[in-house]
Amino acid sequence: MSRLVYIANVATLRLDPSRCCGCGMCATVCPHGVLLVVDGVAEIVHLDACMECGACANNCPSGALQVEAGVGCAAAVVNSILGRTDPSCCCVIEKPGGEASHRETPSGSSSGCC
Amino acid sequence: MRYIVQPGLYALGTPDGRSPVFVTASYKMSFDRLRNGLKGRTGWILVLDTKGINVWCAAGKGTFGTAELVARIHSSGLADLVDHRRIIVPQLGAPGVSAHAVHRQSGFKVVFGPVLAKDLGEFLDAGMKAAPRTRIKDFPLRERLVLIPIELVAALKWALLPILTLAIIGGIGGREPFAAGAFQNGRFVGGAILSGLLSGAVVAPILLPWIPGRAFSTKGLVLGFISALSFLALSGRGWDNWSTRFESLAAFSLILAVVCYLSMNFTGSSTFTSLSGVRREMRWSVPVQVTLAGLGLVFWVLSRVLA
Repeated sequence: MSRLVYIANVATLRLDPSRCCGCGMCATVCPHGVLLVVDGVAEIVHLDACMECGACANNCPSGALQVEAGVGCAAAVVNSILGRTDPSCCCVIEKPGGEASHRETPSGSSSGCC
Repeated sequence: MRYIVQPGLYALGTPDGRSPVFVTASYKMSFDRLRNGLKGRTGWILVLDTKGINVWCAAGKGTFGTAELVARIHSSGLADLVDHRRIIVPQLGAPGVSAHAVHRQSGFKVVFGPVLAKDLGEFLDAGMKAAPRTRIKDFPLRERLVLIPIELVAALKWALLPILTLAIIGGIGGREPFAAGAFQNGRFVGGAILSGLLSGAVVAPILLPWIPGRAFSTKGLVLGFISALSFLALSGRGWDNWSTRFESLAAFSLILAVVCYLSMNFTGSSTFTSLSGVRREMRWSVPVQVTLAGLGLVFWVLSRVLA
């Protein structure tokens, strides 16, 4: 199966190579292989795979990365527009024995976002 | 039943000052996964207070984060228990845990482990190096299947009221008595909505990678179109008078609206959608869904008026 890729050219991830210290932490923490260190400098090699989780920017010691981090969840967007208190939607829950999945509630039974 | 593990420091086997330290969330499943991934090994497990939320989501919210980790290192007295200054944090904790900040504030060096706890053995045996494939979070069929019951139950609850409302409208007009009309037409329109639910909450997650379109709403419209045509073909509703034509149009619009909405909603369950992307697609797809649902209602009322 080809890798799942979301909408093109929307990710807000920006890299300032002049500030990059080449530590490679961004490439380590990215769960989608968006960044790669080439010749001691980080490079965005797959921008469209970026899910804006913010891990890279949070772990860049030299502040070379910027991203508007958030959760890509329609229900969370609706909640924040409606002014509900918790803008982020859900929590991953994994059922006993099951594989990790991205949305289940801590109670393990009820639905959707919590 | 609560799925919460008391935050704090735990011993796995009989660890000593040289044993590795693993950080996890206070969600019981996260804790159990970690223990399973470390079967037969010894070490320390530091559980952060994430209110029973798993690592990745808690990291996104910041509860699995630098401040909590540093505070927990201090409150657990970890520095007195181990001789080294290294802690292993799951990679998906990185949106919340800033390795350089933790090092500065606690003296402990954060090493990010693999995405999945089951790859920890391999990671440890390789001298704390994660193979590139263990650093990628994919979204395989297995994980999508697990989500289906949750998606389906949520959608069913949400659909009950609209189905009842449309059934009641279905009883108005026509030659049959109210109850007979409501039942007969309610069955048709209810069937339409339920087939939309099946497409959006079951078929869409399964076929996700293969449905054309990048935006989930686009995938929903493609799938909804096919579902709507299939439903109409199978329902055997005629096209011979204006009442049945409007009934068919109502079913068509409603199915499209439902499948598009449910597919869009699946962004929250997926592991690769970005907030910017979701905002981008919602800008056009929410108005489309509202319009389709509105048209469905209008067509349905018209079909009764003309019956």
